[in-house]
Amino acid sequence: MIRPSHFTALLLVAIFASTVFGITMRDTPRRMLRYGLYCFTLFVGSAIVLSWVMYFIAR
Amino acid sequence: MGTAANKAAGAAKNTNQGFVYLPLIAGWLVPGAGHFLLRKWGRGTLLAVSIIALYVLGLAMDGKLYSSAQDILALLGLAGDLGNGLLYFVGRMMGLGGDPVQFTVADYGTKFIEFAGLLNVIAAIDAHNLRTGRKQS
Repeated sequence: MIRPSHFTALLLVAIFASTVFGITMRDTPRRMLRYGLYCFTLFVGSAIVLSWVMYFIAR
Repeated sequence: MGTAANKAAGAAKNTNQGFVYLPLIAGWLVPGAGHFLLRKWGRGTLLAVSIIALYVLGLAMDGKLYSSAQDILALLGLAGDLGNGLLYFVGRMMGLGGDPVQFTVADYGTKFIEFAGLLNVIAAIDAHNLRTGRKQS
């Protein structure tokens, strides 16, 4: 039984999902890597932005 | 020139032999297997590691494996779980993921398992596209 923090869970999903998205959505290794990094950034970045939005809404 | 053209034609002929849906089915049953069949070893390994890791982490977080569909949400969860192929059936046979979700992390784990299944479907379809030539490389 493991209990990662919310942010750790987000990072895990972002890493693995970005890997699959990069491989399946692009043709060449270089473009796969770039798209994977792009997806990872969007996953983590959007979560952080939305978290701050919810923080200010809750105040 | 002629030799290169012959090689290309031979390679195309080799990739068009056999059951065209085999990479799709193999990729669904075992994550990465569709790409292994097409000799995409690196991609297959990365896909297998990513999908299996998500599935195992989901179970380790006490995630739930859906066994029946009482309502529409459970039906969608079951569909996502079934995307894991043999991993789902092995997990069910071993009695894993049978406990009801009682805390937040377990709910995350349930989503991890569903997400792994959906990613596995994407990977299997990618293998099929490589097999049919819809995706070039």
